Amino acid sequence: MNSPYYTEENPHYQYVLGLGDDALILGQRWAEWLSKGPNLELDIASSNLSLDLFGQADLWLTYAAELEGQGKDSDDLAFLRDTVDFRNHWLVEQPNGDWGMTTARMVMFSIYQFIRYERLSKSSDVRIAEIASKAIKEVTYHRRFSSEWCMRLGQGTEESNRRLQTGFNELWRFVAELFETPAWERALAEDGLAVASEDLREEWDQAMHEIMDAAGVVRPETTGRVIGSRHNGHHSEHLGHLLCEMQFLQKSYPKSSGAVW
Amino acid sequence: MVDTGLIWKRLETVMDPEVPALSVLDLGIVRDVRITHEGHVQVDVTPTYSGCPATELIHTIIQAAIETSGYPQVAINSVLSPAWTTDWITEEGRAKLKDYGIAAPVGMASSGKAVLFGASPIVECPQCDSNHTECVSEFGSTACKSMYRCKDCLEPFEYFKCI
Repeated sequence: MNSPYYTEENPHYQYVLGLGDDALILGQRWAEWLSKGPNLELDIASSNLSLDLFGQADLWLTYAAELEGQGKDSDDLAFLRDTVDFRNHWLVEQPNGDWGMTTARMVMFSIYQFIRYERLSKSSDVRIAEIASKAIKEVTYHRRFSSEWCMRLGQGTEESNRRLQTGFNELWRFVAELFETPAWERALAEDGLAVASEDLREEWDQAMHEIMDAAGVVRPETTGRVIGSRHNGHHSEHLGHLLCEMQFLQKSYPKSSGAVW
Repeated sequence: MVDTGLIWKRLETVMDPEVPALSVLDLGIVRDVRITHEGHVQVDVTPTYSGCPATELIHTIIQAAIETSGYPQVAINSVLSPAWTTDWITEEGRAKLKDYGIAAPVGMASSGKAVLFGASPIVECPQCDSNHTECVSEFGSTACKSMYRCKDCLEPFEYFKCI
């Protein structure tokens, strides 16, 4: 069932917007770890991960704004849209929880992002291919960072293993949405421009299977279904809270009032 | 075609603000310089990391350096493709990094199919050349570096990571 916020107009824009929103929202979640990391090194790591993701978001959203053709820029898209207009996955907007849950999410999503970027680097849209080829270098590092932490927590103590497992258990219900493929996305994929999300599933399953096995955690049994679709403007409650903080300054002091960033 | 030699020469003196041991040419981020017959300069620059906070500053200082060399009309063009990797850092740049106390990237950048549980590379200590080092953190003071420690001379040092 489609919501009033669902649109099949300008799928090219919708698709690129989704790529940008995933990077933006996950970047914001990593920024929240700044000053709260388990140790100083991880504090620095978190802000570096955040910067990489914001950089990618800027590249995607700049392109999305051009495709939208309304004279906006990446800041307008990041800071002046409301929850119903965001197209990120539910997984990336979930609160960080503890380091176990953050690690579980990052491993799930960086593997997903890696496979997606790898395929998009061959997109028939040169701009998409360029950004994906640039971003995959950073995501390769993110994947390594998060899988290493997955090993460390999974094979560490009973407590660290329990926390990592709890993270996977909590987040597994958002897996189905990662592979939801609307008809327009399938059509873009057939044109060679995008990749259909469901086509990423086999490779993702395989990689997650290997890493979770090696870390000594089990795959949750949740079969999963799409709880609410990002394409319908549906999100969990958490996105609104995240945006309140992220967009506060820009909404209070808008460019139209003369503020310059 | 107007000769761009003077501008390339000038760019040798434009240092990376985060790693001031390296010029923008050592870093391999200047892709092309063109001068039109009207004397307008166009420079193609590629970013290191998508979110590198120094990107804008680097554009500004390149522009300023060229403007003060007698070319008031400068346009900086950001190009993404082919994506920058640490392989673009010159041999001279690698030597300068070491003198500065930062270990240069080891080996060739990964092709993208890097192993999932990739082990850290063996990095030589820039102080005592020992191979007996360990990675302390995958991330350092900037996005492009990680932190290491030498187990022989016990000096901590930064490693310019390979991407």
